[in-house]
Amino acid sequence: MDFNDSQQEAAFRKEARDFLEVNAEKRSIISDKPNDKSPQIAVAGAPETVKGGKEAAQEALERAKVWQKKKAEAGFAAILWPKEFGGYGGSPIQQVIYSQEEHDYLVPSGYFEIGIGMLGPTMMVWGNDEDKKRYLPKMITGEEIWCQLFSEPSAGSDLAGIKMKAEKDGDEWVLNGQKVWTSGAHFADYGMIVARSDPSALKHKGLTYFYLDMKTPGIEVRPIKQISGTSNFNEVFFNDVRIPDSQRLGGEGEGWKVALTTLMNERLAVGDPPGLDFDQIFEATKELEVEDGLAIKNSEVRQKMADWYVQSRGLQYTKFRSITALSKGQTPGPELSISKLVTASKMQDVSAYALELMDSSGMVHHDQNPVLKNLFQNGYFFSAAMRIAGGTDEVLRNIIAERVLGLPQDERADKKVPFNELPSGKN
Amino acid sequence: MNFDFSDDQKLLRDQARKFLFDKCDRKSVRTILDDDQLHYHKELWSQISEMGWTGTAIPEEYGGLGLGMLELCVIAEELGRSLAPTPFSSSIYLFAEFIKNYGSEDQKKKFLPLIASGEKIGTFALSETNGTPKPSNVKTEYSSEKINGYKSPVSDGETADYLIIAANSDNKGNRNSLSLYIVDLHQDGVSKTSLETIDPTRPACSIKFENVKAELLGEQGMAWDMTENIFNRAAVLYSFEQVGGAQVSLDEAKKYSMERFAFGRQIGSFQALKHKMADMYVKIELARSNAYYGAWALSTDSNELPVAAAGARVSASDAFNYAAKENIQIHGGVGFTWDYDCHLFYRRSKLLSLNIGSTRQWRENLISNLEKRNIV
Repeated sequence: MDFNDSQQEAAFRKEARDFLEVNAEKRSIISDKPNDKSPQIAVAGAPETVKGGKEAAQEALERAKVWQKKKAEAGFAAILWPKEFGGYGGSPIQQVIYSQEEHDYLVPSGYFEIGIGMLGPTMMVWGNDEDKKRYLPKMITGEEIWCQLFSEPSAGSDLAGIKMKAEKDGDEWVLNGQKVWTSGAHFADYGMIVARSDPSALKHKGLTYFYLDMKTPGIEVRPIKQISGTSNFNEVFFNDVRIPDSQRLGGEGEGWKVALTTLMNERLAVGDPPGLDFDQIFEATKELEVEDGLAIKNSEVRQKMADWYVQSRGLQYTKFRSITALSKGQTPGPELSISKLVTASKMQDVSAYALELMDSSGMVHHDQNPVLKNLFQNGYFFSAAMRIAGGTDEVLRNIIAERVLGLPQDERADKKVPFNELPSGKN
Repeated sequence: MNFDFSDDQKLLRDQARKFLFDKCDRKSVRTILDDDQLHYHKELWSQISEMGWTGTAIPEEYGGLGLGMLELCVIAEELGRSLAPTPFSSSIYLFAEFIKNYGSEDQKKKFLPLIASGEKIGTFALSETNGTPKPSNVKTEYSSEKINGYKSPVSDGETADYLIIAANSDNKGNRNSLSLYIVDLHQDGVSKTSLETIDPTRPACSIKFENVKAELLGEQGMAWDMTENIFNRAAVLYSFEQVGGAQVSLDEAKKYSMERFAFGRQIGSFQALKHKMADMYVKIELARSNAYYGAWALSTDSNELPVAAAGARVSASDAFNYAAKENIQIHGGVGFTWDYDCHLFYRRSKLLSLNIGSTRQWRENLISNLEKRNIV
């Protein structure tokens, strides 16, 4: 057992480190940088609308694009992609090494991950050569940002239950309906969408997959204000949106298969969420005072901290086990499936407990909050979203139970019935 | 990065698993559970000794196999899976490690070959009263070359030939007044009283010492430091045993949930149970990864050992305690019968999490070692 890089891995790490040292700023454990205020998860995608309104948001977007361009020129923006589309042509272990190194730096995140991690790979499998040549390189450089239009008001965990209508009209398709939880739709240039092209077919059979320009007439994007007061997500309304048949990916009725390509890449796209973990509350307990002195000296605090430490490091070492498999050219086992499930709840518990330790100052969530820069107030709200985005805790437990442990699937009422005969609620 | 066991170590694991599957079935575990007079499985003990497991991490010059601590971790996990009723942890994780790390050349020559061959069994005792052991509640004394005092509970004390104990060697009550002594238990003045434990396959006794001969182990006044270090080393091995036991608890819960039907369905198809088993899996994977890190620190003599060992221990205790109790819950009524095996794991899980210090004690160790690390 050792944690050493192989010779090639070490060379790649140096390459990554050299690039970051010159082009980015190091992160501290508790940072007051505005773009480090709220922890991000790549799976949820887009960064929150920066407080300060549209102008500040636009500036942040421009900064992100500048960064992305540099990263792309250095080859690190899409390490797993083939060179012909502007990628690095690298291996999963190189992707891991780069992410590890970037984790220590304060760089914009949340704008490009969905495109590069999930939608680009989908186009590589299902798109034609012309599309790939036209769209993929600009996805990497950040010149064009993509969003994923999957979830709907009545189709979240049960994604295949989508109702967005796609009706064929000559060489065109007409889209009508609503998408929701679309990260980054408010600044995305393009999107990929799954819609129901045949409601009389079985649920998973009547779907078709398209890509589209977000400026197509009839698309309306409305940001959703979240409990944090900020907006990462949007509702997107489609009102007689016409797109050419040439923008279809996969066959008519094959949409579910194409969507699975996108979703299979989701796990790989999930980055390290920076922000709130054991290290942050450990630092905080050295500053905060409770009834008998510094929080870190209090026995109850220490007991709780120990449990968070073993969760936090347990996840890190679990990742090491997966990386070891990658480094040997093997497929990692299912152990990483526990990652988000543990991370999100831990963040929620850590945040709530840190607020307890602050006592009544924990109430304050003011821009100039001097106490630990709002880190735990933000985490308290953000973690509630994190337990849902990218698979709810409950869906993740089901996935572990069924796919990892091999337990029986849930009994389902929707398997053998045409979609338009299934019972459904108000939505 | 190579954060995994080697192919040879995995081969050893497979062999150990197969061997214990054949020789240490539940029936043999129960012969120890059901008979008050039996303290361990003698036949199994001589078989695993013959194969050299007891000498795994003891150097060849002292009669061992001269393999490393990683190999011992592999064996520990299998002993945990099979619930092996042997004094392996007392004799190997503790006694042998104390002698190996702190014994004089003469002591190593004298004791290690006997321990490596399984011919003799050793153990360790610190505790004398209820609650967290601390220097001030060690009353046992060493003076005029004799031990007087009392230790309880002493794990595997009934079967042990040798015992290492902490005793006061000068002014009582502080850390530096305690030294370690090796006691030959086959002598006048040693009186043992059997104690029932929550897991009779891991027995204990109390031992009274009246003018008992003993020899100093390691440096005088260093009992506490030495014990902390050996407990850290043992904690990693214990955590592998616990991970092994936790994994089998999950496997058996899963198996039962797929065989048992209620409301016309396999009970394993109900989300309430699926999610419980998913949670078991999560805790076990975290524990396994923390144990791996402990194994790395142990095998490389890293400065990280105190933190890594405590992390492994806390995580493993949490995983095994949870898996064992929820295994009973998933079995329903039969889960709390004597005939079903659930209680074997429930007993073992709690016993293991108390044996070298409670989980709360190890949580405290973890944070205090993190504080120390941060200062350095």
